[in-house]
Amino acid sequence: MSELVKKNASELVELLQSGEITSVELTHAFLDRIEKLNPVLNSYLHVNAKEALATAVEVDRKRAAGEKLPMLAGLPIAVKDNLTTTDAPTTAGSKILEGWIPQYDATVVKLLREEMMPILGKTNLDEFAMGSSTEFSAYGPSKNPWDTGRIPGGSGGGSSSAVAGFLAPVAIGSDTGGSIRFPAAVTGTVGTKPTYGAVSRYGLIALASSLDQIGPVSRNVLDAALLSDVISGYDKHDSTSLPESLGSMAEAAKSGSLKGVRVGVIKELNGEGFQPGVKARFNESLELMVKAGAEIVEVSCPSFEYAIAAYYLILPAEASSNLAKFDSVRFGMRVTPEGNPTIERVMAATREAGFGPEVKRRIILGTYALSSGYYDAYYGSAQKVRTLIQRDFDAAFEKADVLVSPTAPTTAFKFGEKLEDPLAMYLNDIATIPANLAGTPGMSIPNGLATEDDLPSGIQLLAPAREDKRLYAIGAALEALHEAVWGKRMIDFAPEVKAGA
Amino acid sequence: MAKAELMNYEQALEKFEVVIGLEVHVELNTNTKMFCGCRNDFGDEPNTNVCPICIGLPGSLPAVNRKAVESSIAIGLALGCEIAPNGRFSRKNYFYPDLAKNFQTSQYDEPIAFEGTIDIEVPSGAVYTVDIERAHMEEDAGKLTHVGGNTGRIQGAEYSLVDYNRAGVPLVEIVTKPVYGAGAEAPELAAAYVRSIREIVKALGVSDARMERGNVRCDANVSIRPHGQEKLGTRTETKNVNSLRSIERAVRYEIQRQAHIIANGGTITQETRHWHEDRGITSSGRPKSDADDYRYFPEPDLVPVQPSNELIEQIRASLPEKPAERRKRLQGEWQFSDLEFRDVVNSGLLDELEETVAKGAKPQAARKWWTGEIARLANAEGKDVADLAITPADVAELATLVESGKINDRIGREVLQAVLEGAGNPAKIVADRGLEVVSDDGALQAAIDEALAKQPDVLEKIREGKLQAAGAVIGAVMQAMKGQADAGRVRELIIERANA
Amino acid sequence: MSELTPDLVRHLASLARIQVTDAEVDRFAEQLSLIVESVATVNSAVAGDVPATSHPIPMANVFREDLVEPSLTQEQALSGAADSDQGRFRVAAILDEE
Repeated sequence: MSELVKKNASELVELLQSGEITSVELTHAFLDRIEKLNPVLNSYLHVNAKEALATAVEVDRKRAAGEKLPMLAGLPIAVKDNLTTTDAPTTAGSKILEGWIPQYDATVVKLLREEMMPILGKTNLDEFAMGSSTEFSAYGPSKNPWDTGRIPGGSGGGSSSAVAGFLAPVAIGSDTGGSIRFPAAVTGTVGTKPTYGAVSRYGLIALASSLDQIGPVSRNVLDAALLSDVISGYDKHDSTSLPESLGSMAEAAKSGSLKGVRVGVIKELNGEGFQPGVKARFNESLELMVKAGAEIVEVSCPSFEYAIAAYYLILPAEASSNLAKFDSVRFGMRVTPEGNPTIERVMAATREAGFGPEVKRRIILGTYALSSGYYDAYYGSAQKVRTLIQRDFDAAFEKADVLVSPTAPTTAFKFGEKLEDPLAMYLNDIATIPANLAGTPGMSIPNGLATEDDLPSGIQLLAPAREDKRLYAIGAALEALHEAVWGKRMIDFAPEVKAGA
Repeated sequence: MAKAELMNYEQALEKFEVVIGLEVHVELNTNTKMFCGCRNDFGDEPNTNVCPICIGLPGSLPAVNRKAVESSIAIGLALGCEIAPNGRFSRKNYFYPDLAKNFQTSQYDEPIAFEGTIDIEVPSGAVYTVDIERAHMEEDAGKLTHVGGNTGRIQGAEYSLVDYNRAGVPLVEIVTKPVYGAGAEAPELAAAYVRSIREIVKALGVSDARMERGNVRCDANVSIRPHGQEKLGTRTETKNVNSLRSIERAVRYEIQRQAHIIANGGTITQETRHWHEDRGITSSGRPKSDADDYRYFPEPDLVPVQPSNELIEQIRASLPEKPAERRKRLQGEWQFSDLEFRDVVNSGLLDELEETVAKGAKPQAARKWWTGEIARLANAEGKDVADLAITPADVAELATLVESGKINDRIGREVLQAVLEGAGNPAKIVADRGLEVVSDDGALQAAIDEALAKQPDVLEKIREGKLQAAGAVIGAVMQAMKGQADAGRVRELIIERANA
Repeated sequence: MSELTPDLVRHLASLARIQVTDAEVDRFAEQLSLIVESVATVNSAVAGDVPATSHPIPMANVFREDLVEPSLTQEQALSGAADSDQGRFRVAAILDEE
């Protein structure tokens, strides 16, 4: 295997810029590894080899000609398959969109093209990003490179397994309740959900519009920062996009320190239901931070108790409406029943055949939550819980600069373990959901292996809205402390994925 | 779909009180659609003014048109409404193939304007105050074409075709509160109300306001209840009434239909009904099973609209005069009788008249030309006055020519005809054709001499006081002058001669 | 709180235009009842006067200027459609034959 693919993106960028490697060479290295390991990991639903190489050739030509290039030009990237791309099918992990070639590029995809980053392909996800394991993808689950019998997290398990398995140096994810951060935690990678509105959602196939946010998936904090600086910024196509710049995350990551930082431990996210090994690693990290000059304070966020309940009302409600457009008329699958069916029956049959069970479950739940007579009790109350959670965050950030918790209660579970128990599946997101409800940024960074199963655990950092720089500064500092203790990156502990027979 | 049994209208009104409510949709004439930059022009080739947003492609997001918001505020202010300090959009969820996202982005619990009033005058001269409940912004749907079956109707069609050019066109829906007490004039009030809304949005310049193109559409709610009963009757909502005349007819029809049903012990079904212009009836619409549950919720992809006081006051200051005030002012300026003025208003010629007067015609002359000869010619050709090839400037010129005595009324009518045939403007026609009245007394005296020679006893009769005897001579002179003489002057000269 | 009976699930599925088998109805009714029971706790969380948050980051008055932007071509617009005819999207009859 080419050692090139294992390097951090920031190193690869330097090698590209200095001319030590070409983009074609680098892109080929990843394409080769994809060819070899994607049949095992199923990280990618579609590989865009030709288009990626065309971009790489262009970058190399321009570099050779001495033309000025964007910072990350030539660095390959993977894109979650719920972002529209005009040169590759976009399925959102659903049968209902099989074969659809979008008529427009998502804003983030446009930015990646302007940055001249070769797009390697589209990564797997739970159908319409509903899930925590990729088991709800209509195209089969992705595998965790640490143990292919286990889930890579979800919904963005395709991006996490691609980055953890060295099938891409960085990737784009989307996070509605933890879909970037949970996969990062269980694959030993870095996943960041920016402040709501920091990255344009235009072209992101909506799950829950008021919760969805696009963010970087990477193997290290600086890589995430470099990518964040490319994809962030105001977009007139997204009315919820933040008009102001949040500054350079790369600079924040390079200047990180823990000295004098008040680190808030959320009481409600450090107790029952957390795997002992996950908790042990978490407590060790707190000690490390104290040694580096941080101060640990305990904060209480009592309304977090209701976060999952509010989330599983708001998400299905918004999703039931967002997914109504999948009706067989303008794009996507059409199933026509026998006889001379009406359009109503064609739509119902198409949606029956095109949507998987979890999507149907959530659409029906959301339809219920919005129904007349139930709205106030369900959707209305859930929106009020959102306010309470924001108030909890506000109070906590009075006492602390960042909040921390384990990213997820457990390490990667085995396929099938929670498939028939939706409520158990929903609990994976207990620590990540509050940030989506409040619109605040969150980051999961590798936090060592849980002793009982030798699988990765993650620590989550949370900052106030628009203070994403704190995550990068403190995340990079903590990462450096970890790597000093471990003597290498956490991803370097991962076993080599074996190619299929 | 048969014509329902109807109760005689007078009888229905003896037994029942009528309550109406009107929902008028006004299509704004912005350059672009409500939520995307596609051209607001749905007459083009199908599906050419569409983009990922208005055909609801996955991942697309709406962005609110500033001009549409400002136009909506202007409409609200013109209707005397309050403007909401915090308005927002909601999603109205229902499946229909002309609705690209299967939800309509609309305002629901927080409309941009609410609580207004407008005074409406009906043809009898009575004035009713109509309370406006709200005016809210929403997007139009695409256009369906039904193929197969007969006459392109939805019933019996084999399949349908969808053009989304109209999808996302900005609409303002204006909803009245229930209107009581119009009695027999309820149908006229409904039509006069819609006419007023048209005038307002046209004067504001926010809509082309052409009903035949669907720029202004009306749904009429009608219910009746026995006199003295407090509880409102069950209402029907008649859709697709797209001319002032059909609004009036549809409301009258519903009153008579409902009266017959109730008088015969039946009950009214709360339903949507469709107006059929050709047959003059309403028919029961398709019962919509989803209609009771639109699952409204705040549109998460859009942020609230919070117009500042500065913006509201700026728009208020730029509002044109209110139609009712304008009418009052013009009637005063022109010194028309109520009857004369109403005639002008009911003919829909107020704008034309005002412009004609502005171009120098005397108000009465302008009125006579527009509501008299011009309206007659339009009627004879089965056209709207607006469609005739004559401008207020032409009419003003014509009226001035007659007023100054350069031509007489009869020649004036001839000139008008020539203008309509495209011969140019009145002054040019008069000059080209040498139609100017002969005002040279010498030429007239010669013609009088000639006529008197044939009727020698006329002067004697005039001297005896029989002035009408002059008529025969005047006629002969006018004939000799080919009409191009001022008959009054001819008469004066004959009388002078008799008394000489 | 109303129970998620199979009949209600059938009604909701019909509102959401999803054809469901009887077996699916029963399974969804069972699973969703548990979920609803769990999410209904939001009610107990919000005693008192708490405003609703529908946008995580409060903003207002985000407008687009009334300027025409390029549209798709008709061919592009129809490119993803299952069926089209005469430049339009083609769909099955809206009403049943009566």
